[in-house]
Amino acid sequence: MALDPIEKAAKNIVLTVQDYSLFAYRAFLNLWRPPIYWPEFLVQADIIGVGSLSIVVLSGLSTGGVLALQSAATLSAFGATAVTGQFVSLTMIRELGPVLTGVMVSGRNASSMASELGSMVVTEQIDAMRALGVDPMRKLVTPRIFSSIVMLFFLTIVADACGILGGAFVTVFMNHQNGTQYLDMAWEHLHYPDIVQGLVKPLFFGYILSSIGCFYGMRTSGGTEGVGRATIQAVVSASVLIIFVDFLLTQVLLRLLP
Amino acid sequence: MNASPISQPQSPAPAADAGPVVAFRNVSIAFDGPPVLQDVSFSIAPGETRVLLGPAGVGKSVLLKLINGLFRPDRGSIQLFGEEISHMPEEMLFPLRTRTGMVFQEGALFDSLTVRDNVAYQLIQERVPDDEIDSRVRDALRFVELEETFDLYPASLSGGMRRRVAIARAFIHQPELLLYDSPTGGLDPVTSTTIIELIVKERDVYHTPSLMVTHRLQDAFILCNHRFDPELGRMVLLPKGETDPNTTFLMLEEGRLIFDGSLHELVKSQNKFVREFLQ
Repeated sequence: MALDPIEKAAKNIVLTVQDYSLFAYRAFLNLWRPPIYWPEFLVQADIIGVGSLSIVVLSGLSTGGVLALQSAATLSAFGATAVTGQFVSLTMIRELGPVLTGVMVSGRNASSMASELGSMVVTEQIDAMRALGVDPMRKLVTPRIFSSIVMLFFLTIVADACGILGGAFVTVFMNHQNGTQYLDMAWEHLHYPDIVQGLVKPLFFGYILSSIGCFYGMRTSGGTEGVGRATIQAVVSASVLIIFVDFLLTQVLLRLLP
Repeated sequence: MNASPISQPQSPAPAADAGPVVAFRNVSIAFDGPPVLQDVSFSIAPGETRVLLGPAGVGKSVLLKLINGLFRPDRGSIQLFGEEISHMPEEMLFPLRTRTGMVFQEGALFDSLTVRDNVAYQLIQERVPDDEIDSRVRDALRFVELEETFDLYPASLSGGMRRRVAIARAFIHQPELLLYDSPTGGLDPVTSTTIIELIVKERDVYHTPSLMVTHRLQDAFILCNHRFDPELGRMVLLPKGETDPNTTFLMLEEGRLIFDGSLHELVKSQNKFVREFLQ
């Protein structure tokens, strides 16, 4: 009897993973099958991409700046402050750019997807859509996933560029080092495998954050309180899953693109 | 109330031998607990209006959502327009659903769309030209006497107006079956009568088969003992002792169908639950 709550929680987790897997599979298949609702795609691309631009720029600049500050302090002990540019650009492009953008965008958009779809569920708007002969998976979920994947790709490029610029600013104006040397090092040691690695990740992260946001939104129950719960679950799950998948992806990509 | 139609009634009087529009056979469903519906069997014939009565929480809305496949039964068979839908894939259900119109309990209007876009939702999906959409939406809104709300958003409408817009959305596609989920729930008596008058008008002008869920007896009785007079443009009371022959009743008690018959049979029923409900 004492194990009942644990058993129930374990079953819930397994059931949620199973439901999410089916949802994500259906959503993935829908990306390749007509009809694609292009107007909805453009609206979501604007909300997700343009709407997230400011937070991505700010976090990219700050992270690049912090990386330059921290690395310069450590590298100076070995007399290697000259490689600050290489350190910042590789770290931003291969790792921090995609992950940071994924987490920031999931905080903003996975939550908004979960709350928007959740509100539609509890007010029967999703049922009304189904009753009118329209598939909510295609009309609401697919455009959000498609636009998240596309826009996260470009947002990551923006975050990478801003990170390198932030590092350059700190290097020149705070660490009083040579800016040309910083940019030369940042550019020279950057190879195609690094760029490919950094641009493959956001495709996965965009899919994860949007499918999780939509999944929790579409299975909302329990009125307005349920909408709040779905929003929290979406942000937490998306952020954790992005970091975990990054670990797996990095291992795979390092083997494929050493 | 004008009888201005959405368009001229096109459906001819149903053939006497036409099969039922909806047929339930021994349908049961449960959600993580005791059964919500148990062994429910009934049918809706062409041109028939059925009123589903029962107190709150007996499974009336669930039954309504089973009809167009929004829920799937655990057991039993459901036929809609002659097709078995209890195990039909969701993709195949969408075309069938476009042949039905459903009015939800709170209207379920899309709050980010204007009244025009809400009412025209199905037409927009079918890429009907804008001019035709505008004209049909105005006709539908005229039918529910809300033409002036064309450009408004649902948030600026009262509860009764939202239900009427939801009715216009359900009517605009000239459905072959109408499903009303407590269309007067939570409304004041005057607004409730306006909504029931629209349902009577739809029944008598278009003869669309329908199922109305309600727990309000007075709505059910108004529906049964009134008819729509197109010359007067409003509903009128039928002569004493007369009821609409195509309006019949169902009653649910704890998930079981305990009554299926006419108003006369309902008021004469000796079933204890029916007696208590009527009193």
